Amino acid sequence: MAISKVFVANRGEIAVRIIRAARELGFATVQAVSAADGTMLAARLADETVSVGPAHATKSYLNKQVMVQAAIDSGCDAVHPGYGFLSENAEFAEMVEAAGLVFIGPTPDTIRKMGDKARARQEAMAAGVPTVPGSAGLVEDVAAAILAAREIGYPVMIKASAGGGGRGIRVARDAAELATLIPQATGEAKAAFGDGGLYLERFIGKARHIEVQILGDGTHAIHLFERECSLQRRRQKVWEEAPAACLRPDQREALCTSAVRLAERVGYRGAGTLEYLFDETTGEFFFIEMNTRIQVEHPVTEMITGIDLVRWMMRIANGEPLTIHQGDVRLNGHAVEARICAEDPALGFRPSPGTVTALEVPGGMGIRFDTMLYPGYAVPPFYDSLLGKLVAHDETREAAITRMARALRELRVEGLPTTAPLHQALAADPDVRAGVFHTRWLEDWLAAHPLGSQTPNEADTSR
Amino acid sequence: MTVKTIQAPLPGTFYRSASPGEPVFKSVGDAVAVGDTIGLIEVMKSFTSVIAEEAGTLVAFHVENEDAVMAGQPLCDIDA
Repeated sequence: MAISKVFVANRGEIAVRIIRAARELGFATVQAVSAADGTMLAARLADETVSVGPAHATKSYLNKQVMVQAAIDSGCDAVHPGYGFLSENAEFAEMVEAAGLVFIGPTPDTIRKMGDKARARQEAMAAGVPTVPGSAGLVEDVAAAILAAREIGYPVMIKASAGGGGRGIRVARDAAELATLIPQATGEAKAAFGDGGLYLERFIGKARHIEVQILGDGTHAIHLFERECSLQRRRQKVWEEAPAACLRPDQREALCTSAVRLAERVGYRGAGTLEYLFDETTGEFFFIEMNTRIQVEHPVTEMITGIDLVRWMMRIANGEPLTIHQGDVRLNGHAVEARICAEDPALGFRPSPGTVTALEVPGGMGIRFDTMLYPGYAVPPFYDSLLGKLVAHDETREAAITRMARALRELRVEGLPTTAPLHQALAADPDVRAGVFHTRWLEDWLAAHPLGSQTPNEADTSR
Repeated sequence: MTVKTIQAPLPGTFYRSASPGEPVFKSVGDAVAVGDTIGLIEVMKSFTSVIAEEAGTLVAFHVENEDAVMAGQPLCDIDA
């Protein structure tokens, strides 16, 4: 069945990204719109919009029945879930398929298998992909956890099987701490995810977060190299790069081919990301989890490979085989991405929804700004704070960071504070320039480099 | 008898309990002390407590759980 009309089951900047890719393929687009999102950029760009309910996401963008019905009623033949919301919800993918529509992503079975971290880990081990030393499946109680931790070696991380985005993670340094934390973590996981299942993993103190982008058509898979996403705050990525400059070519090859092995083993279809921890001191990498969807930071990969990931997701969903061979994928230069969020870095990253009174967007060679902003847009308070992603591509890492700094000086968002000043400081930092950081570096750096209060004149402007 | 209205300190989503399934912070008819939590407002996945600044009896809610609220919107009345 050929796709002709795509339902965009998301919002914000990724909805804009999806509409653009769909339009380039000649597909019509229908944008899902909550009561708070009538004026968003994606709604203005789409061919049609359809109301999907109240502002609160559980009643609109997370409401599976409403979303599927809206796709059917608007005559769509395919659904793009974006990231977040229902993008990794196997039941939603099943409902879309049961309605006779194409789900632009992997099969419900793959989502289920790879979305469960304990199962994903078993698949990785079966594919010969290194995993962090950890418990064999779930730990049932404190006694089992202590036994498992003896094998793994302390410190250990306690993770919720149904968790994600860094939620539900605790670190135990010894058996006594483990005995205290296991019951707490079970209760918390039950409350947060409706599933109290826990597993353990070795805690690596100074790890880098490196992830491999893959594309598959259900039979063949290729990698599009890796991204370095170690600069995080509260386990949310802040600044991403491609490739990971810390890897030697042989390490890169081993890492990326391991991702392809796992993708092919599970018959992966669409775009996906395998996340790894990289221990720079030993050169070891360990698979941690897979995201069975497009990721926020996909543009850095697109910039260094010249391959449009979102468009390929749709072409694959439309039944095309993957005609790009691994040898065709070339790594060209370096790209960095700064997440521009509606948060005030001078006030502890306080969320700052508001109306954009003026906007100046950076341009020039190697600059890309994937954003939901336009002058006059009122950023609603109900959703994620991501406003846009500023991406700089250049021949070398150093040049890309210089270009990013230049673009940040051009970016002007008036009416609400943004995280742009944080990125300016990062782009000027010697450690960032040297590429010397790990996943907890940014929080330490923020504690040591408080981004001082802006002057009253700058308070509602970020430049 | 004076009725004081508690307003939303910021825009977002109003919640009457700490998480779904948990009991509400306050119901109509409940006694309210200074510093009591009336509800939460979620702004971009970050939560702020709505705190009573005066004691009294909660006499009415103007918004439902999970309603979208604007800054300054009346949330509830307290008979002080």
